[in-house]
Amino acid sequence: MGKPETLFSKVWKKHVVHGEEGKPNLLYIDLHLVHEVTSPQAFEGLRMNNRKVRRPDRTFATVDHNVPTRNRDVIKDKIAKKQMETLKANCAENDIPLADMHHPDQGIVHVIGPELGLTQPGKTIVCGDSHTSTHGAFGALAFGIGTSEVEHVLATQTLWQDCPKTMNVKVEGELGAGVTAKDLILAIIGKFGVRFGTGYVLEYTGEAIRKLSMEERMTVCNMSIEAGARAGMISPDETTISYLKGRRHVPVGADFDELAQEWLALATDEGAVFDATVTIDAATVEPQVTWGTNPSMCVPVNSTTPALADTSYPEDVQRALDYMGLEESQAITSIEIDHVFIGSCTNSRLGDLRKAAAIVRGKQVNPGVRAIVVPGSFLVKMKAEEEGLDQIFTQAGFEWRDAGCSMCLAMNDDVVPAGGRCASTSNRNFEGRQGNGARTHLVSPEMAAAAAIAGHFVDVRTYAGNVLQEG
Amino acid sequence: MEAINKHEGKVYPLNRTNVDTDQIIPKQFLKRIERSGFGQFLFFHWRFDDEGMKRADFSLNQPEYDGASILLAGENFGCGSSREHAPWALLDYGFRVIIAPSFADIFYNNALKNGILPIALEEEQVQQWMEQAEQKHFTLAVHLENQEITAPDGSVVSFDIPAHQKDKLLHGLDDIALTLTYQDQIEAYERRMQG
Ligand code: SF4
Repeated sequence: MGKPETLFSKVWKKHVVHGEEGKPNLLYIDLHLVHEVTSPQAFEGLRMNNRKVRRPDRTFATVDHNVPTRNRDVIKDKIAKKQMETLKANCAENDIPLADMHHPDQGIVHVIGPELGLTQPGKTIVCGDSHTSTHGAFGALAFGIGTSEVEHVLATQTLWQDCPKTMNVKVEGELGAGVTAKDLILAIIGKFGVRFGTGYVLEYTGEAIRKLSMEERMTVCNMSIEAGARAGMISPDETTISYLKGRRHVPVGADFDELAQEWLALATDEGAVFDATVTIDAATVEPQVTWGTNPSMCVPVNSTTPALADTSYPEDVQRALDYMGLEESQAITSIEIDHVFIGSCTNSRLGDLRKAAAIVRGKQVNPGVRAIVVPGSFLVKMKAEEEGLDQIFTQAGFEWRDAGCSMCLAMNDDVVPAGGRCASTSNRNFEGRQGNGARTHLVSPEMAAAAAIAGHFVDVRTYAGNVLQEG
Repeated sequence: MEAINKHEGKVYPLNRTNVDTDQIIPKQFLKRIERSGFGQFLFFHWRFDDEGMKRADFSLNQPEYDGASILLAGENFGCGSSREHAPWALLDYGFRVIIAPSFADIFYNNALKNGILPIALEEEQVQQWMEQAEQKHFTLAVHLENQEITAPDGSVVSFDIPAHQKDKLLHGLDDIALTLTYQDQIEAYERRMQG
C-alpha cells in the first residue's frame, strides 16, 4: 500500500485536468447544479461570447429560492417571475434538465441532489450557492461558486482551484439523547468561530459522526460554510452505500456493487495526515440556540446571552444584542418567539419533519406564534403526507407548505416582519436574513417544534419528556 | 473585466467585522437578471431607513465619503452567501480596492473575477488607517504591479496576491478564454474517464 491519504486528496487528484505545483489546478467538475438566482448573468455571458454549455448532461437545474410555497400559480412578484422564466428559457436553449416549479423532482437544490442520487461519493460538485457543502456528506468534494464561475463551468466543465488545506474535525464520544446533528454543528461553530475553516476543507470524523444518518450528516456538512470552510466532507461508509442504493441516478446490479467498493475505498486511510485537527467531545454538546447575528453566537438552551464584561468583542456583542432586542445575561428560555420556521437545506428532510412532528403531536401551537413547515422537496412532502405528518402539523396549528427555500432567506412571500422573532431551523441568522429587521434564532427541528408549542425556548430534553423515550 | 494597476483613491472606513454578503446586497435585489446597476442597493439597510430615506448615522452617507473608491473593513469581509451581486454592487458603487485583515474565500474570488482588488493586511495596519480615515479625508495609492500601498505620509506597505490573480487583474483577462486553451486536455480527461 502507498502512503495513507485523506478522502479529500483522493478525490482532488482524480479530477486534476491540468496542474502545476503551487499554482491553481484545473479541476474537472462532475456535476453542476443550477438555480434561478445565480445563473441568469452566467447564461447571458455565454450568449454574449457565443459560447455553448459543454456538458448539459452533467448539469441539473431547479427553482428554489424564489418559488412561492403556496398558490404556485400566482406569482405576484414580476421580477422573481421573470427570473424563473429566464432559467426555463436558458435550460430549454441549452438542453439542461430542469425540475421546474410544478415538476415532481422540484425542491431545494441541496435536498434534491442527494435524493435523486445525483450526488455520489468521489464526485466534484459545484453550484452557485454556498451551501453546496451539503453534498460533502457523501464523500463528494462539493463547494459553492460565484456567477462568473458558474459561467466558467457551463462553458468548460472545469474550474481553476487552489488546493485547500485539510482539517480533521474530530467528534469523539456520543451525542446525548435529544441532542441533534444541528446542535453539534452549531456547537462546533460556537466553539471554534465563524472563521476557523477558512482556507480548509473540513473532514468530520469520529464515533459520533459515524453514527449519524445520511440526513444528519448533510445537516453537519451544510453548515461548514458557516465555519468559513468552502467544503465539508465525510468518508463514505455502509450508511452512505445503503442510502444511495436504488436512487434514480445510481447504477444498479453488479455495476452498483462495483461502484460501492470504489466508494468505500475513498475513505480516509488510517494514519493519513491532515494539515490541522480540532477535537470536540459530543457528550458535552447540549441543545443550542443562537442569540446573535452570526452562527457562532450560540449557547446551550439552559444558559444565558453573554455578559458584556466576559467577552473579548464587547462592541460586536452589544451590536448583536441590540439588533436582536435582547439584554446581556438574559436567560435563553425567557426569550419569547412569534414565528417558527421548519425548513431550509439544513433541516427540511423527512427525518427532520418526523422528529419535529413527534414533538407537536397532539399539542397546539402557542396562540402568539405563526408556525410554518416547508418540506425541502416535493418528494419529501409526498412521503411526509403518506405518513400523515402533514396532519400532525396542521392539527397542531402549523401551516403546511410546498417545497422551496422560503423563510430561510425570505425572497418569496414568506417573510418575518420587522421586529418579529423566529425560531428557525435554517443556517443563517444574519441581520435581515428572514426579513428586514427580523430576528432569527437558529435551532434544531425538535427545538423549533417545542418552541412553537411553548411560545418561548425550552429544553427539548425535559420538555414533553415522554416524547424522548418514544424515540 | 477592467484592468487595474495603479489606483489612488479616497478611503471609506467601515469599521465592522464579519460584514456578510446579505448586508452588502440584501436578497430582495437578487432577482434582477442583469449584471449592472447594483450600486444603488449597496449596504441597503444600513444606508436607508424603512421609508427609503438616507440614514444620517451611517457614515457612507456622509458627503465627505462621496467618491470613495477604497474600502477599509474589519476581518472576514464578505462572509455568507456566494452571491456575486456583492462585488457587482461594490464595483458599481465605485469601489475598486478593498482592504481588510481577512476575507471570506468565495467573496475573495468573486471580487478578483470582477476587477476588484482585495488586499489582506495585518489587523494593526488596517486599524491604523481606519482611525485616520474616520477622522479626516484620507487617500491611499495602490500599485498592483509592485504590490505596494503608499500612504499620504509617504510610508509604503507591501501586500501579497497570488501571481496568476495579479496577472489577470493587470491585463483584465477573461478566465474562460484562458481555460479554452486547455481544450485538448479537457477532452483527453473526458476520454480517460469515459464520462
Ligand atoms: S434553503 Fe436557504 S441556505 Fe439553503 S439554498 Fe435555500 S436559501 Fe440557501
